[in-house]
Amino acid sequence: MKEEKVDVAVIGAGAAGLAAATVIAAAGRKALVIDREDFPGGILRQCIHSGFGLKYYHEELTGPEYAERATIAAQKAGASFALGCTVTDIQIDMMGEFTLVLLSAADGVRKVHADAIVLAMGCRERNRGNIATPGTRPAGVFTAGSAQKLLNLEGCLPGKTAVIVGSGDIGLIMARRLKWSGMEVKGVVEIMPHPSGLARNIAQCLEDFGIPLWLEHSVTRIIGRDRVEGVEVAPLNHGEPDMSRSFTLECDTLLYSVGLIPETELAQQAGVLLDRDTGGPLVDANYETSVSGIFSAGNVLHVHDLVDFVSEEATRMAHCVLARLDGAPSAEKVGNEVGSNLKYVVPAFHTPGATTNFSFRPLIIADEALLRAESEGKTIWEKKLRFVRPAEMISVTLPGELLGHAPITFHLQDTATR
Amino acid sequence: MKKSLICIGCPRGCRLEIEMEGETITVRGNSCPRGESYAKQEMTNPRRVVTAVVHTTSEQLPWLPVKTSAPFPKAAIAPLLNRLYKMTVTPPVHCGDTILEDIDGSGIHVVATESCR
Repeated sequence: MKEEKVDVAVIGAGAAGLAAATVIAAAGRKALVIDREDFPGGILRQCIHSGFGLKYYHEELTGPEYAERATIAAQKAGASFALGCTVTDIQIDMMGEFTLVLLSAADGVRKVHADAIVLAMGCRERNRGNIATPGTRPAGVFTAGSAQKLLNLEGCLPGKTAVIVGSGDIGLIMARRLKWSGMEVKGVVEIMPHPSGLARNIAQCLEDFGIPLWLEHSVTRIIGRDRVEGVEVAPLNHGEPDMSRSFTLECDTLLYSVGLIPETELAQQAGVLLDRDTGGPLVDANYETSVSGIFSAGNVLHVHDLVDFVSEEATRMAHCVLARLDGAPSAEKVGNEVGSNLKYVVPAFHTPGATTNFSFRPLIIADEALLRAESEGKTIWEKKLRFVRPAEMISVTLPGELLGHAPITFHLQDTATR
Repeated sequence: MKKSLICIGCPRGCRLEIEMEGETITVRGNSCPRGESYAKQEMTNPRRVVTAVVHTTSEQLPWLPVKTSAPFPKAAIAPLLNRLYKMTVTPPVHCGDTILEDIDGSGIHVVATESCR
């Protein structure tokens, strides 16, 4: 059996894993990036559309271009790769050393020993089962991302006529992609009163093609025995479908774009505690999980809307990994909480005196808003924000001198004058 | 004539308010110069960056992702896609290599967005 020892095992060769491995390897540490796919780049490779990298690379790139740049950077820094390998187990010995069990077609079972682990497995899509759409169970029901993989990596059209459930960005991007590939798109059905994807994707992926967006509507039934033949759609009245106004859309394909969830099976297996609000690992200000030596960043930590933020977060995390390898103690933990209008804050802890970047998911739509940090009943910091949307993560840096030994509660307030 | 548009220049998605009087176009609501140039372009000659996959002879990468080197006139997108879907590319290809040069004299190329040995 093949066995090797590295300083850091990075699980996942997507944007987060590549950015982390680049920093770690550039510092002279041995970093091994493990991915079950045969190519590095993660989901970026199937996102052939443009719009990535404006912040991180200062130019507009497609997903594959972003992936290739990040891969080359990691290779140049000296990171090594174990591709086509699935991590099946993470073991921890008495000395705190980790052993990862890898399974691959090429090498069979293989073991990797590491002093630290970076969890960068990204997220997966919620599907029909997660939102419990009633009806038959025919072929032709896909998540938007799996249809994207079929079309962009395997060159297969998922069908002829599609309806998209949910207005997440992947669904919107796929609406345009299907149109450009000769399919018909009957419309996008969204239960919320506002789209969950970015405004620019509503403009360039739906409006450009005259694709209808039914807000506050729900797919109440899937019709068809062997293959999807249509869906029943009903407007929502106080959250309940109004069946007297329901209508049927004929289609042979249904794409779900109804949100993403961190891919945490492996993290849980390693004993890492999860954050109830993000669904990802609970981390301190160094992005270290509840298991000493296991770190996490990117979409497995919390679902980001921009890959640029993923790369930035993984870069910050990698510097913390390096410091710990060099003997720095684990971070002192003071709890942070969210109050009004925020779904979560990452990290959920801060270290007194250490400048920290915080990420938030807002729950409101506001053209102008105030983000406020409160500690011991006093406002210790505040920032005015423009165009707050649930689809867009908020990322801010608080200077270390403001972060003391008392817990902090963050509040978001709509301040737009109407 | 007045029109409002969502800027597609970046994820921010600014709401642009456009006023057109003869040849003069005034843009408000943009937070950067990209918004103004997008609005003017959109009112006179709307363009989009086109992305697609092109068939290759490679087993490793049977479908090569490509894009236009610049936003391409909207009205000419369908014929361009039809041309791309009929093509077959033989590797090696490097990210950035031209796949289709100077499309119909537009000065815009189709370039590869991934490398393939």
